[in-house]
Amino acid sequence: MSFPLVHSLWILNKAGGLVYSRSFSDQLPNLNSNEQLVLAGTLHGVHAICSRLSPVTSTKCSGIQVLESDSFDLTIFLTRTGTKFVLITTPGHPASQALLNRVYEVYADTVMKNPFHIPEMPIRNEMLDTTLDGFLRTPDFMT
Amino acid sequence: MKQYGEEQWKAKPDKINAELFVMTYGALVMQLYQDYEDYSAVNNELDKLGYNIGIRLIEEFLAKNGAVKCRNFMETAHVIALVGFRTFLNTGVSVGNVSNNEYTLVMESNPLNQFVVLPDTAIQQGLLYSNVLAGCIRGALEMVNMHTQVSFIEDELMGHEHTVLSVKLINYIPEQVPLDDD
Repeated sequence: MSFPLVHSLWILNKAGGLVYSRSFSDQLPNLNSNEQLVLAGTLHGVHAICSRLSPVTSTKCSGIQVLESDSFDLTIFLTRTGTKFVLITTPGHPASQALLNRVYEVYADTVMKNPFHIPEMPIRNEMLDTTLDGFLRTPDFMT
Repeated sequence: MKQYGEEQWKAKPDKINAELFVMTYGALVMQLYQDYEDYSAVNNELDKLGYNIGIRLIEEFLAKNGAVKCRNFMETAHVIALVGFRTFLNTGVSVGNVSNNEYTLVMESNPLNQFVVLPDTAIQQGLLYSNVLAGCIRGALEMVNMHTQVSFIEDELMGHEHTVLSVKLINYIPEQVPLDDD
């Protein structure tokens, strides 16, 4: 468990719907798509509540950024356009924020530039899958 | 900011030949006119096209220029002019005529206008050849919660000295749906 791993990545649209999910390790329980949708929707709601709970009123709170537990870390990256990227990793992953920035760039290049993709709709994009595998999946011999 | 924009342009790995780009754009406008046979319909269609480009392009812009921050509408002027136009079109744009909730973008040279001469009827009936740019700015700003109205005030192709775009803020879009709407 000491080697930092990325378990999975979710992409949530503006309304909190899960538009993309990909798993990069076999350490997570297999959730069916319905369960994943429910979890993603809950996360979206909790995120919205958190941004309203902020006691600091001078600046706008951007909601949850990291959720840490003893068995996993969950890092959320909220873009200015309202899309959320969620990365589930092993605890104390050193580069989750940097990875999410990279994911956003890849998303802009592959998903948004695909003329057949409708914004806010589920993403099916082979180029995105392979590019993400390239830098999020840990090679088998290292695990 | 200006220097930053130029660095971004230089660092960009995927560029396409400018002539190929402007020729393709010219063919597109031509085709639209042949389909609609009405200049104002073409303007409309170009605006819609630009809007759809804008709402996607903003993601790339934000992903690659995360360091640039705009806190309000007026601050977007220099970012669009010096970083946006530089990275996507490699053209110099300056900001002119800043007033409350409105600014103008002055393009000394519009790359889309290369090799273009409009026929007299098109000038008379007011074809906005580069209207795709207006739509693009409108779409991009809408994705970051600003309703705007973008229009051409001057166009080189109409005989003016520069191409001038006016960007006007209509309102900010509230970020969240109010909680008490059950």
